[in-house]
Amino acid sequence: MSNETLWLIVLGCAAATFIWRLLGVVVVKKINPDGALFEWVTCVSYAMVAGLIFRMIIMPESRLAEVSLLVRCAAVAIAFAAYFGFRRMLLAGVLAGSVSLSVMVSWFG
Amino acid sequence: MTQLSGTGRIFQKAIVDSLSLPAFILLTTMMGFGSLARSAGFSPEMSALATALIWGLPGQLAMVELTTTGQALFAIIFACSLANARFFPMVVSFIPSMTRDKTSFFKLIVFAQLLSINSWAMCMRQFPDIAAEFRKLYFVVFATSIMSAAIIGTLIGYYISAILPDALLLGLIFLSPLFFALVLSAVARAGERASLILGCAVVPLAHLYFPGVDLLITGLTGGSLGYLLGRTSAVQRLL
Repeated sequence: MSNETLWLIVLGCAAATFIWRLLGVVVVKKINPDGALFEWVTCVSYAMVAGLIFRMIIMPESRLAEVSLLVRCAAVAIAFAAYFGFRRMLLAGVLAGSVSLSVMVSWFG
Repeated sequence: MTQLSGTGRIFQKAIVDSLSLPAFILLTTMMGFGSLARSAGFSPEMSALATALIWGLPGQLAMVELTTTGQALFAIIFACSLANARFFPMVVSFIPSMTRDKTSFFKLIVFAQLLSINSWAMCMRQFPDIAAEFRKLYFVVFATSIMSAAIIGTLIGYYISAILPDALLLGLIFLSPLFFALVLSAVARAGERASLILGCAVVPLAHLYFPGVDLLITGLTGGSLGYLLGRTSAVQRLL
C-alpha cells in the first residue's frame, strides 16, 4: 500500500475511535451519575470489557491462537492461584501466568 | 477510612502505581503491536501515532491485521472503530467516578482521549482511596505515564521485532489480557460482577453469530442482564 493510504488508515482509525469517546463525553453531561441509566451503562461497559478479555484469551485472533486452548486455560488458572495466593498481588499473578505460558509453549510446542 | 490527598503525594502515587506494573504491561504489549505494524508496512511514525491517537489495542490490532490482508480503506476503519466501541460506555461510566465538578468540554475530551482499559480498570480500583478533588490529577498522571510507556514499547517492538524467541513473545502477548482479568476480578458491586460473568458467557455465541459486532452485542445483552440481576437480592448475596 502507498504511504498516503497508510497515513489515511492511521488517521481514519484514530478519528473513528475518537467518535466513541466524543459520544461518551456528550452523553455523560446529560445523564444523572446517581441514576439507573448510569448504572446500566456501567454494567454494559463491564460486560463489553469482560467479553473482550475473554475473547482475547479463549478465542484469540492474535498469535495466541497458536497456543493450545488447554495451555491458555492452565496459565490463567495458575495466574489466579498466584494472585490470590500472594494476597492479591497483581505482579505475582501476571508473572506466574505469563511465565507458565512461555514454559508450557516451549515444552509442548 | 482516610483518603489520600495532596498534589505531591498523588503525583507520586500515580507514577509509582503506573510503573509498578501497568507501564510494563503496555510496554510489552505495544512491542507486539509495533512488530506487527512494521510487517504490515507502516512507518515508525505512523505506528507510534497510531498508539497515541487510537489508544486501544483491539482497534490497533484490527487495523494492522486488516491492512496486512489488504482490505479496503473503509473496511479497515470500520473494523477498528467497532473493536474500540467500548470507549463509549467506558467514558460514560468513568467521568462521574472521577469528578462531579463542572468540567469544560475541552478537558473532558482530553480525559476521554487518555482513557484506556488499563487506566479505567486501575482508576476504578484506586479512586475510593483517593480524595475526590485529586482523582483527576491521579488519572492524568497515570494515563500519561502508561501512554508514554506504550509509545516507547511500540518503537522498541518496531525496531527489534524478530529477535525474541517465539515462546517468550507469546508469553508477552499473554500479559495484557491476563492483567485485565486479574484487575477486574476485584470489582465489588453485584451488578458489575454479574455483568463481567455474563459478558464472558455471551461473547462466544455473539462471536459465532455476529462476528464484527460481537462486543457490542455482548455489552448490551450481558450488561443489561447483569444490571437486572444485580438488583435482585439473591444475586447480591451470591456475588
